[in-house]
Amino acid sequence: MEQDLKELKIELSKNGIFTTTLEEIYNWGRKNSVWPLTFGLACCAIEMIATTMARYDLARFGAEVFRPSPRQADLIIVSGTVTKKMAPQVVRLYNQMPEPKYVIAMGACAISGGPFRDGYNVLKGIDRYIPVDVHIPGCPPRPEALIHAFMTLQKKIDEQALRGADRPRHLQADLPSEFPVPAFGAHGLEPAQNDEVFLAEQGNPLKVIQ
Amino acid sequence: MTPLPSPEEIKTLIEAGVPGATVTVIANGSPSAQHSLLLDHEHARAVAEFLRDHAELKLDFCSLVTGVDWPDTETTAKVKVKKLVAGPDGVEQEQEVEETRKTKVPGYLEAVYHLFSMGKKHGPVVLRLRTANRTDGTHLPSLTPVWRSAEFQEREAFDLYGIVFDGHPDLRRILMWDGFVDYPMRKDYVPPEDDILVTGVKA
Repeated sequence: MEQDLKELKIELSKNGIFTTTLEEIYNWGRKNSVWPLTFGLACCAIEMIATTMARYDLARFGAEVFRPSPRQADLIIVSGTVTKKMAPQVVRLYNQMPEPKYVIAMGACAISGGPFRDGYNVLKGIDRYIPVDVHIPGCPPRPEALIHAFMTLQKKIDEQALRGADRPRHLQADLPSEFPVPAFGAHGLEPAQNDEVFLAEQGNPLKVIQ
Repeated sequence: MTPLPSPEEIKTLIEAGVPGATVTVIANGSPSAQHSLLLDHEHARAVAEFLRDHAELKLDFCSLVTGVDWPDTETTAKVKVKKLVAGPDGVEQEQEVEETRKTKVPGYLEAVYHLFSMGKKHGPVVLRLRTANRTDGTHLPSLTPVWRSAEFQEREAFDLYGIVFDGHPDLRRILMWDGFVDYPMRKDYVPPEDDILVTGVKA
């Protein structure tokens, strides 16, 4: 049935008739206008800035409009080392973004703490508190890697179904769009991780099951 | 431009200029040979002011303040001791016995100041201040009233090492948050357990 429809669509387009579905046009619009938040944490942010400049030109992907307010942003690129002192602010910024929203963890630090993971004030990966859509390894990742992450995210958005059980979070009323902001404790952040986000993800590259 | 006097010469200058001050020259055996001056708490402020205002030295710029943690150490030495030892026949005889003696050397926290002169274009002169111990006697006199540039760096040493600078105008934590209780740069700091990578349940 679906295959027939696809063939019919192709046949019609050959004859100058364009057909689409609401889902397709909705996702096409979303994936080509991902507005990131103007937000950088460390050296990865420099690569992120380079990505937006003329040589790498992120504008080709419809993502050149870095928004200065989380209220207008669709994507937060966690670019750099997240210190424990900064982590609550990162989570708060994410909470302030409207759905649908996405997270790219850019570089080794945002993924796991990276070369600084033994530091006393370094958060061991932002995915302890917020759900990450794309991880980019590298220290720092080159602009090409960030562009690849963008394309991966675009593909992810494009594949999201608007109906059915696996529809994205923003279309499921009972799923949260905000996550608890960690508090400063006597020895570290409390809680140390949000189990709903951190352990629920089976594909979490950092999760080691013994 | 006059060359910077040697640490020994500075020591003599200080002892002549600040009566009662005790200055110890701590030699640095490395090729840099950057010897430093250990000051006593009582006269540290006066010595600092003397070094800043002295016409020949004019050390008007404090470029660095840092902390150093010297943990408690234990030295073991084998000592030959004469002792009464009971022989096989039950009669006590004096014999030479080897004993291992352990001596505990208490640790301390140290604040290190690097001083330069903008006008004379010389430096650095390295000052050291040592606390009584690492637990309850962690007070040192603040040199922020002498060099404003020491303010944030003394706060940093307070934050990370727990050195309490008496006379500091605004001694608060600077890198860690206010409710934090540990001193992360001390040698015996243990990070919280959740910082360990391996998490999850047995499958």
